Amino acid sequence: MNKHLLSAADLSAADITRVLDTAAHLASVTDRAIKKLPTLRGRTVCNLFFEDSTRTRISFELAAKRLSADVINFSAKGSSVSKGECLKDTAITLEAMGVDAIVIRHGASGAPWRLAEWVDAVVVNAGDGTHEHPTQALLDLYTMRQRFPSFDGLRVAIVGDVLHSRVARSNVLALTTMGAEVTLVAPPTLLPARVETWGVTVSYDLDAVLPKQDVVMLLRMQLERQRAGFFPSLREYARLYGLDARRLDAMAPHAIVMHPGPMNRGVEIAADVADSVERSVIASQVSNGISVRMGLLYLLLGGPAVVEGGQRTEVLAASGSGSRPEGSAR
Amino acid sequence: MSGSSVAVMDAADLGRAITRIAHEVVERNKGTEDVVLVGIHTRGVPLAIRLAARLGEIEGRPVPSGALDVTMYRDDIGLRPPGATHATHLPFDLGGKVVVLVDDVLYTGRTIRAALDALVDFGRPRSIQLAVLVDRGHRELPLRADYVGKNVPTAADEAVRVRLAETDGADGVVIARGASPGPPGPTAQRGPGAPPPGPTAHRGPGRPGGDPLPARRGTRA
Repeated sequence: MNKHLLSAADLSAADITRVLDTAAHLASVTDRAIKKLPTLRGRTVCNLFFEDSTRTRISFELAAKRLSADVINFSAKGSSVSKGECLKDTAITLEAMGVDAIVIRHGASGAPWRLAEWVDAVVVNAGDGTHEHPTQALLDLYTMRQRFPSFDGLRVAIVGDVLHSRVARSNVLALTTMGAEVTLVAPPTLLPARVETWGVTVSYDLDAVLPKQDVVMLLRMQLERQRAGFFPSLREYARLYGLDARRLDAMAPHAIVMHPGPMNRGVEIAADVADSVERSVIASQVSNGISVRMGLLYLLLGGPAVVEGGQRTEVLAASGSGSRPEGSAR
Repeated sequence: MSGSSVAVMDAADLGRAITRIAHEVVERNKGTEDVVLVGIHTRGVPLAIRLAARLGEIEGRPVPSGALDVTMYRDDIGLRPPGATHATHLPFDLGGKVVVLVDDVLYTGRTIRAALDALVDFGRPRSIQLAVLVDRGHRELPLRADYVGKNVPTAADEAVRVRLAETDGADGVVIARGASPGPPGPTAQRGPGAPPPGPTAHRGPGRPGGDPLPARRGTRA
């Protein structure tokens, strides 16, 4: 496992399994009289959020606090960023204040890589533009593992706005690493260029794909990132690619429905499907996110902080620094 | 593995030690009412299950046992790569109970300190007692065991290896002299500055091999 978590491509199958196992062991903390472990006492984690977020930021904050780390929440609104401070100066400021880890969400794809070059702290990518969101992929895999014994040959369909989805990119990387068979389903205009190099199956026909899947993951229609008319209307999109009760019935009886949130009810997912107790694991995804981020923070921050020369040591046998995966949107 | 190894307990010795500890637990607590066993990962867990079975036979009523992982409570977090975690499973309320902590080797006492911290996060036991299969000395904290299978005086750079059928295929305890450090292991009782020991190794503090071996004293305390 690398020093940072920038891309799901940096994680080997063994790394992913270790994160998921550690998360599973930490999940029971919620059932205790005292829902806190002393593990990261004296460590400081900064949530550096340049984009709005509800669940990811709160999830990271809860995970760090359950491990007794100190947490600083930074949002671009109300900070010196609104006075024009750039990412590098913000990073240098945080480093000077002695943070051990920076969890960054940024609208620009690749921002976490730049940050990792400037600071000694551990950098965790919590979503960069339309590029990657590796901890979302980890919590999605954790949720799938609760229902299915193995990823080998597991059939996962990722449906919707793949073009703008960092969730889709990270999930494809992590799922293919674990041996799952991924199918991307979207209108042609919402599939990225060179998607054929991702090692996945691509389809434009949701109804043809649905019956064969073990997992159907719906993506949010990211209207705020769309700059052109990718489809004629939301109504038409919902009719062709939305998961409604009729399509839910066409799925295999054991198959589950996932969504990274926030949902556009009535667009990519019908309200009654989202609320289906038997088939939807969307609420589990949120609660699992805390355990997975606890496991990850422990594995990234639970090792030696500084050795001679001021360099942070690699946590495990290192495989070099984070490399940019294919499929970067910019 | 280089160096010699001396067997200090065989399977029969191990079984007798557990039987004796069970009787001592019953004697000390005047029965097994309110007694629960908590094994510390890795080898404390099967030992606790065996001890619970023996207590059940003696008193004719089942004694519950659980499993405790102390990785997140260790005092060497941040000093070495993060250790592997295990599932903690305590299927009972600790409040008002007599908890008997069970581990394979008592060495520096740091694992037990971590276990005490972990236990109080689950509730407030009436008392906590400690049972170990082997006490090898070299304590670094003011702790002692209430029940000891065998006192084994050791040199700091010897390794005490406990093998159990459940985890290692067979029962037995050996002392390895001049043993080379194995891969890092979750159950290892780590002395400060010592190299990461093997899965079953309990090595001495601060002597990464090479030092001349001090002569080991007798095998009895």
